[in-house]
Amino acid sequence: MDQFTINLLFVGASFALYIGIAIWARAGSTSEFYAAGRGVHPVTNGMATAADWMSAASFISMAGLIAFVGYDNSTYLMGWTGGYVLLALLLAPYLRKFGKFTVSEFIGDRFYSPTARLVAVICLIIASVTYVIGQMTGVGVAFGRFLEVSNTTGLLIGAVVVFAYAVFGGMKGVTYTQVAQYVVLIMAYTIPAVFISLQLTGNPIPALGLFGDHAASGEPLLAKLDQIVRELGFGEYTAHNDDTFNMVLFTLSLMIGTAGLPHVIMRFFTVPKVSDARWSAGWALVFIALLYLTAPAVGAMARLNITEQFWPNGASGEPVSVETIESNPEYDWMATWQKTGMLGWEDKNGDGKIAYFNDGNADTKAAMEAAGWGSENELTNFNRDILVLANPEIANLPSWVIGLVAAGGLAAALSTAAGLLLAISSAVSHDLLKGQFTPDMSEKSELLSARIAMAVAIAVATYLGLNPPGFAAQTVALAFGLAAASIFPVLMMGIFTKVNSKGAVAGMITGLVVTLVYIFLHKGWMFIPDTNSFTDADPLLGTIKSTSFGAVGAAINFAVAFTVSKMTTPIPREIEELVESVRVPRGAGAAVDGH
Amino acid sequence: MADQTTSNAAQAESDQKYWSANVRIIIISLIIWALVSFGFGVLLRPMISGIAVGGTDLGFWFAQQGSIIVFLALIFFYAWRMNKLDKEFGVEEE
Repeated sequence: MDQFTINLLFVGASFALYIGIAIWARAGSTSEFYAAGRGVHPVTNGMATAADWMSAASFISMAGLIAFVGYDNSTYLMGWTGGYVLLALLLAPYLRKFGKFTVSEFIGDRFYSPTARLVAVICLIIASVTYVIGQMTGVGVAFGRFLEVSNTTGLLIGAVVVFAYAVFGGMKGVTYTQVAQYVVLIMAYTIPAVFISLQLTGNPIPALGLFGDHAASGEPLLAKLDQIVRELGFGEYTAHNDDTFNMVLFTLSLMIGTAGLPHVIMRFFTVPKVSDARWSAGWALVFIALLYLTAPAVGAMARLNITEQFWPNGASGEPVSVETIESNPEYDWMATWQKTGMLGWEDKNGDGKIAYFNDGNADTKAAMEAAGWGSENELTNFNRDILVLANPEIANLPSWVIGLVAAGGLAAALSTAAGLLLAISSAVSHDLLKGQFTPDMSEKSELLSARIAMAVAIAVATYLGLNPPGFAAQTVALAFGLAAASIFPVLMMGIFTKVNSKGAVAGMITGLVVTLVYIFLHKGWMFIPDTNSFTDADPLLGTIKSTSFGAVGAAINFAVAFTVSKMTTPIPREIEELVESVRVPRGAGAAVDGH
Repeated sequence: MADQTTSNAAQAESDQKYWSANVRIIIISLIIWALVSFGFGVLLRPMISGIAVGGTDLGFWFAQQGSIIVFLALIFFYAWRMNKLDKEFGVEEE
């Protein structure tokens, strides 16, 4: 059986599993499921949250970004997990005590203002749409590869599947489908990593293998990797090459963004008790950590494998020949990925060899020229988003592992894309249309407008996914920046301070607008290419890259909110009581739908 | 009626104490949270670079794995500590 058929089988079987579970969960337990307050077990909820939250960015994109940058991209690891600490300590228990189902409702009630609710909904929609663009980028990569078509075709096919899936996923039983998706995605991520770790270090646990010894040379794996990338003129893998300020700010943006993402926060509203909301964040992070502790090992090991494929006898030997790439089955992955347009090489000096090195480094360039390998890097294109999907092929793992990874990548992208589309469509139909403009809307037209909103969101995301503002993980980082600048501060002030409605509204608007403008100035207006005035190489304010700006936006939000609040009337007595009651778990009761 | 007012006032005072204790635990937890990530993982990495871990140093380990493990421990510690505090102040749910 060829690889294409095997991939189709795995992807098809996993889809059948999700659909089967969705039907089973729906038929069997509707009443228990929706009786809010009894809800789902914290461990199950943790698994579902992990699947909901770990998206294409975590699964497909993150290890690739770490692999090609090394230590400096630890920001993604610390940022995306560190946010759960903020969520567990600063938001989840209080929002659960408040007892409503949506973030915008909390904001509307706490700040006793329909305007505050409206602004919150707009913030939510903007952050979520940006997030979906990142998912579509990942979906395009995954479908492009396993259907062996171009990235663009893959993206268009993916868009149709995501739409169908999101409409379907909107039905009951989503939680158990996500549990299944978690199981598929974590197996797909760790099984190849175990194989690769065994090959390279003899250690079956990749997270430990990363700090173990390289079996072939006996040296520590990371020391070996540092040595070979240094010889090719790249920055050392474990060294700090980027600027520290930006690294700290970016990590902080991802952390507060995680704690500000509505589709994650919503998860903690459904557990039975306030104490469960506290445990629940911990369980979610346990399941997320299984992937996040493996990811740095996947990145480092893949980088070593790729580099050694281009330089089979080390950087002082000969680079790989075009003939080897074309005839040796170990290099088949390069031909398959070339078809997607995300990998490219060119024998620029016509010597029959493909020399991969950093031609931006003058010393390396001179050394390569002296050795007769030309003065230009001949690996012309290596999209970092393909790394995780290509990894098992690069390591020559059995074809069923490759099929499994294809299924896992799609599970990650689909579960998050579906969750986000649901959040967007319900925000538009429920919070915007029914809540603000046409309160007497029928249930039928509400449902219809939700579907239309979903279709519009996916069309926008697909269009922008064709020209994404960055790799999947970087685009997602922008979405986190927007959530960080708008939603997180207002939720925190709602619980920990007595900021009033005018302060909250002013804070949210300034935080969102300033951050959005900063991002658009760097990534193009509405993310349309070539409309940008700056790039991340020449940031607007000193060293602050657009992906790191969320933390600054949040600080501006806080500052504006406090200032405006101080200058206007204090909150009414009953809201003061509301704030005090949210702080104490006693008498929480079940969450209610307040619409 | 007078009793009612006194007990309400006592309740409010107890709730206030509960909240201060909670905030204190949050602050301590957040200091550790910042120390292992921004601290050991980035800013203080040069300070602890003498400690070798598998071909690199302790700061690299904290940045890539150590901080995640500490985050997990923090959340579970907080949940356990707060659930205990709820009982001490009698504010837990039935």
